[in-house]
Amino acid sequence: MAHQDFHHRIEKNVLLMMVLVLITISIGGLVQIIPLFTIETTIEKVAGVRPYSPLELAGFNIYLREGCYNCHSQQVRPFRDEVERYGHFSLAAESMYDHPFQWGSKRTGPDLARVGGKYSNDWHVQHLIHPQAVVPESVMPRYAFLLEPLKFDDVAEHLKTLKVLGVPYDDDMIANAKADLQAQHNPDGDTEGLLKRYPKAVVAKFSGHADLTEMDALVAYLQMLGTLVKFTDYKPAQLQQ
Amino acid sequence: MATEVEKDHLSGVETTGHEWDGLKELNNPLPKWWLYVLYACIAWAVVYWVLYPAWPLGTTYTKGILGYSSRATLFQKMDEARQSQAQYLDAIAKTPLDQLRGNAELLNFSLAGGRTMFNENCVPCHGAGGQGGHGYPNLADDKWMWGGTLADIYQTIQHGIRADDPDTRISQMPRFGADGVLTRPQIDDTAEFVLSLTGTSTDAEAAKRGAVLFAENCVACHGDKGQGTAEVGAPALNDGIWLYGGDKKTVVETITYARGGVMPAWSKRLDDTTIKQLAVYVHELGGGK
Repeated sequence: MAHQDFHHRIEKNVLLMMVLVLITISIGGLVQIIPLFTIETTIEKVAGVRPYSPLELAGFNIYLREGCYNCHSQQVRPFRDEVERYGHFSLAAESMYDHPFQWGSKRTGPDLARVGGKYSNDWHVQHLIHPQAVVPESVMPRYAFLLEPLKFDDVAEHLKTLKVLGVPYDDDMIANAKADLQAQHNPDGDTEGLLKRYPKAVVAKFSGHADLTEMDALVAYLQMLGTLVKFTDYKPAQLQQ
Repeated sequence: MATEVEKDHLSGVETTGHEWDGLKELNNPLPKWWLYVLYACIAWAVVYWVLYPAWPLGTTYTKGILGYSSRATLFQKMDEARQSQAQYLDAIAKTPLDQLRGNAELLNFSLAGGRTMFNENCVPCHGAGGQGGHGYPNLADDKWMWGGTLADIYQTIQHGIRADDPDTRISQMPRFGADGVLTRPQIDDTAEFVLSLTGTSTDAEAAKRGAVLFAENCVACHGDKGQGTAEVGAPALNDGIWLYGGDKKTVVETITYARGGVMPAWSKRLDDTTIKQLAVYVHELGGGK
């Protein structure tokens, strides 16, 4: 029987078997992955989502470095209990510029997808320095060391890298990356360019320190989370996938 | 090549033809129950494809005849939940704030709803019982920085304090030390006077000098007796309640660098009916005016 001969050949040829196993597994993977790229409703068409400002991006990187995603998700799921607690369910569009995405899979702490604007800057700083000072029952570790100066000389390189990955940073944004980063920490300065390039960016001396600290970057990032899409502009039917 | 069927001479079952060191594998058929479960799963999958979203088709996908969507289900559930509370929510929306407390049913509903929203949104700053914290006022007492009537509380929740909102409550204490309005010895004296308002001053001479400075610099907002002015959120200094601490070091720090706590504007996150319930809850929490 010919097919048995073929089968014997595969079983006795490791290389051939590996190639065929790879092809078989790839089909399984591609069937699941490719449609997400081709189906038009995967990423909702909503206005307002923009790449991170340089300071927010620095904060995003710190969020990543400290492993915040291990305890905090950034994904409000479409269930009534979540929506009533956290706000509008998360859209795919809202994390389309995240590399890597921060949806997370564990909620030791609350979801952070809509934390932007929920608390004051002072609260965030106080809470990061000593979480139990404001939330006594919290099990979050202290992040007081984030009051170290922020290293941001290479911020433009981060923008360039993300551009390669498809994040729409334009030349203007890359050229002004360092200036924009500093402008977001200076409410008394000229923020027109920054806010034109990155609407709704929160400008403040977040940690109250004169010099930029890692804390400033992280709080700038947290304060914009989930604030970009104006949900009152959309009817439920427009947000169905 | 094992192309001929070989039977095991002991059990009479055919073998797979594979042999390892003289051991041969029997080719027993699959158990019947297992096989039927497999067929049932395949049949289930086919039914599922017809009923639910399943197959990708280029830029779209098969929607399934049930038209299921987790988001549509959510909108429907939210709607049902809203409907089940409609008699209260609609009444709260229609009833003027100051009459809410007169209606026992609406008051009860507002207190329950307000507590839930308070626990999620307000507790991180104001504490689980509204007791406040360092920089966050106590809401469970009868002292109010920005006014303690229902309308005051409602406005504070809606528009926040020094928040990103055109109607936010705003005021700014001058930085008497940092901006060089007062010298360090003058600040010390003023602090002593402030402490003397609650009888905790330890230097009567300094307090006396401070009284003059207080009259010149502080009374406009904090009042001639340090009783505070709710219109500008200037707290009373004569009641022994301290937002940032009532020791001399902290008072000196406050006069030197000023304070200006921020509360977010909640009308951006919560609907009006919810804010009304919250206002009633907070009003009831301590001594609402």
